[in-house]
Amino acid sequence: MLAWTIYISFAGALIAALLPKDKPVFARWFALTVATAGMAISIAGYAAGMGQGRLTIIDAPWVPSMGIHYLLMADGISRVLVLLTGIAAVAGILFSWNVELRVNQFFAFYLALIGGVYGVFLNGDLFLLFVFYEIAIVPKYFLISIWGSTRRQYGAMKLALYSFVGSAMVLIGLLAAYTTSGSHSTVLTDLAHAGLPANFQMWCFPLVFVGFAILAGMWPFHTWAPTGHVAAPTAASMLLAGVVMKLGAYGCLRVGIGLFPRGLDPWGFSLLGIGSWRDVFAWLAVIGIVYGALVALAQTDFKFVIGYSSVSHMGFVLLGLMTLNQIGVDGAVLQMFSHGVIAGLLFAIVGRVVYDRTHTRQFAELETMHLARRLPFAAWTFVFAAVASMGMPGFSGFVAELQVLVGAWRVNPAWTTVSGIGIIVGVAYIWRALQKAFFTDALPTAHELESEQARRFPPITWPEIAGVILLGACTLAVGIYPRILLDQIEPAVKSLLAGGAQ
Amino acid sequence: MNFAALFRATLPETILEIAALIVLVVDLGFLRKAAMPARIAAAALVGIAGCAIALWAVTIAVPYRWASDLLLAAGGSAEVAQLAILILTLLTLLLLIGSEFTRNPGEYVSVVLMAAAGGLLISAAQDLIVIFTGLELLSLSLYILTAFAKKSGKSAEAAVKYYIFGAMSAAFLLFGFSYLYGISGSTNLRWIVQESYFPSVSGGAPLLYVAFAMIATGLGFKVAAVPFHSWAPDTYEGAPIPSATFIASVSKVASFALLISISVALAHGFGADNQVRLVFLNLGPATQLAGPQAKWGLILAVLSVASMIVGNLAALVQSSVRRLLAYSAIAHAGYILLGLAFFSTSSLSAEAILYYIVTYGLTTVGAFGVVGVVERATGSDKMDAFLGLQKRNPMLAAALLVLFLSLAGIPPLVGFWAKFNLFAAVLRVSAGVVPFTLVALAVAFSAVSLYYYLQVLKRAYVMPATDDSPIRAHPATFAVLLAITAAVVVLGCFPTLLQGWMASFYPAP
Repeated sequence: MLAWTIYISFAGALIAALLPKDKPVFARWFALTVATAGMAISIAGYAAGMGQGRLTIIDAPWVPSMGIHYLLMADGISRVLVLLTGIAAVAGILFSWNVELRVNQFFAFYLALIGGVYGVFLNGDLFLLFVFYEIAIVPKYFLISIWGSTRRQYGAMKLALYSFVGSAMVLIGLLAAYTTSGSHSTVLTDLAHAGLPANFQMWCFPLVFVGFAILAGMWPFHTWAPTGHVAAPTAASMLLAGVVMKLGAYGCLRVGIGLFPRGLDPWGFSLLGIGSWRDVFAWLAVIGIVYGALVALAQTDFKFVIGYSSVSHMGFVLLGLMTLNQIGVDGAVLQMFSHGVIAGLLFAIVGRVVYDRTHTRQFAELETMHLARRLPFAAWTFVFAAVASMGMPGFSGFVAELQVLVGAWRVNPAWTTVSGIGIIVGVAYIWRALQKAFFTDALPTAHELESEQARRFPPITWPEIAGVILLGACTLAVGIYPRILLDQIEPAVKSLLAGGAQ
Repeated sequence: MNFAALFRATLPETILEIAALIVLVVDLGFLRKAAMPARIAAAALVGIAGCAIALWAVTIAVPYRWASDLLLAAGGSAEVAQLAILILTLLTLLLLIGSEFTRNPGEYVSVVLMAAAGGLLISAAQDLIVIFTGLELLSLSLYILTAFAKKSGKSAEAAVKYYIFGAMSAAFLLFGFSYLYGISGSTNLRWIVQESYFPSVSGGAPLLYVAFAMIATGLGFKVAAVPFHSWAPDTYEGAPIPSATFIASVSKVASFALLISISVALAHGFGADNQVRLVFLNLGPATQLAGPQAKWGLILAVLSVASMIVGNLAALVQSSVRRLLAYSAIAHAGYILLGLAFFSTSSLSAEAILYYIVTYGLTTVGAFGVVGVVERATGSDKMDAFLGLQKRNPMLAAALLVLFLSLAGIPPLVGFWAKFNLFAAVLRVSAGVVPFTLVALAVAFSAVSLYYYLQVLKRAYVMPATDDSPIRAHPATFAVLLAITAAVVVLGCFPTLLQGWMASFYPAP
């Protein structure tokens, strides 16, 4: 059943491209219908998968002579991420209701991107996973470069090239693993069973891991993320932060750790306390957490704050993966979901609710606008999202980050200690942004009041309210009752850690 | 001499030559007074009919032997390449309908058919003399085709450059052939390879190196491998569009088919029966790359790396789309040469290379088709001529998107599958550090290539148009482009369709 999420998205993309250009309303409703259907399928698939392990959805030989299968399967991790994709897709369309330029093409690229993302999350064959992974690159480029804002062509090209370099590394790893295992099959379980030699895993693991981690925003390969997020139109930055960065993290987990578990073994020597690839990547993740937060603290552009906060939050995902223990990896997967929802909400507020009305994202200008009074809806939703992003108990981010930190403590308390600094700075940058954008101290001057009267903001529209409710409800629900996701994540992580991808 | 057998073996070429004569008669005899579009259409249609009949003739062709020496092969790689050449020629002729660069369509089509006949000949040739004859037929026709836009100075310049380089490289090739004959006393590929294994000759191995280097120079020119590539950008840019299309697709397929013949001969010279002779002569255990194959492989690997690097990097700075396609062709030749450098004794490598070059040829015909339409409408092949194409002709822009992304190797399009298949074949043949590094280099450079393909697509889709007037394509052109685009998508999603069809030409392993 879950496979239909892929098919309807691609079919939807094709039809959207052929829809008449001059009827934007039609294209919007069509895209919303397709995305909602996808979300409904993902929810139904999630519910049906409760208490079940890994389910094969479809297994057909694709290229029999090379052992490539069209194999779609879903375990708990996949189902959680498919659910996230369904939600993010609907929210993204709700927040791009006001796109007026080439609407049918916009939604065609959008749905193609969504289809690729669903495809990656539901994959059981490394070759097929790579195919879907690359399908997702091209629509991103066009979404950003056509409908984006600040330095959009630069941001889009940078993003496309970073993604393509990352996927080239993955492709090299894929070819190497395929031929080393005897060129029989590209199915993940077959490759994991093939007994790849430890010294092979030792160099192939970092190659593939870094290839995927580029898209997950790992420091120092994160620089595409802030520029790409800022340049992207609202819906695209929601998807980028919400699901596309998760593609990278998912690849790290499923392919990197699942296929090359021996690559994480100690090297046999240690340098400055770093004795394995695990230490290397964990420290890069920790640096990402702190660095992202510190840079976010110094931004003058509202959207850059959120862009760098994504780097910081994705650092938790990578750190969680590198703990290699149950609670840490659980936390990482939960953090993928949590960050997907929260970052989506933050980008929606900054990019759609605020920017499309004020036409500026500079704090210096926003400070003069007294948005708390003029856009109370935006202000209070942002307070809500900010609190969720800081990791307050009761919101999804708290559960996820706590688990990651506990898992990290068990391996190396230093990781947790340093990441803690990142959390504290995280409170600071989000608080600073909140204060500068919405709650300035200065009273409005007479001149400002006059211009406010002259130029009123357009009222908040229903799609915005619907989108905020959807995303807000998700983060609250997971925060209050995390078992709703953990029940599926835990068994899947357990089996993945127990035997690689076997 | 068995003339009946010879006739049967060369039936496809004969049909093309007859069609070439009929085109002349029809065009100059019956239609001299007719309107130009009708003359072009009639000439192209006669040519297409000739190709279609030749397609049938290829399927019934038999190998031709002189005494015990194989002169012309049939079946296997030769047949696949010949079918591909005919189909690509047919598509090129279809694209000719609706173009108006010449006042002599009859002559043009007949030269195209003769070039195709040369291509068929070298795809099947197994003998140095036949190879050289076929190659000259192909090359001389291509020089004429390049110069065919008589009013264009660029066309003449391109033709002169092409001719001078071509003549030089033919001389090198002939020189290399003469060495091979001197070493082995035979002009037959299989014999040459077998003879060159023996110690008396291996002692004179430097001669063999010289011969191979000369041959690589001659054929490197045909496939535009660095450092014998400098004709390509000028020719692609200056030649009339149908000629450039032909050079970029048909001529490439034929030349790579010839390289496959040579590599197969080298690989099989080292095959089962000869291995026994080697062991008997106490030359020690046989390794994958030994004897002449190692020398040939080394030369091709060097050409391959140089082509990948120069082609991809030079393409980054082009502003003319035709020149961009020329440099990208050089880069693609580099990938294919990598497959030839690590060549397997089974049909694995041959199939992967043919798959690559055939699908590449098809995609290139489509890409040049789009460039041709845009050029006719805007008078320029600069990248800026593509500004706002998605508004001026959405279908044309969509075709460009699919074809260029396929050239860049983005799944699920056929270009990606071709690359994956080729690189997997290289690693399956030889899994050492060197082939792996070279494959990694090739994959890295395909990541670079995305940048310049996106530069064109960016203008078509992203940047605002300076001129909104719609661009119209001739219905025949439109149909060809649609068919090619659909094929690129379908073959990418279902790679087994073409792969299975190709595999059916080879004996089951």
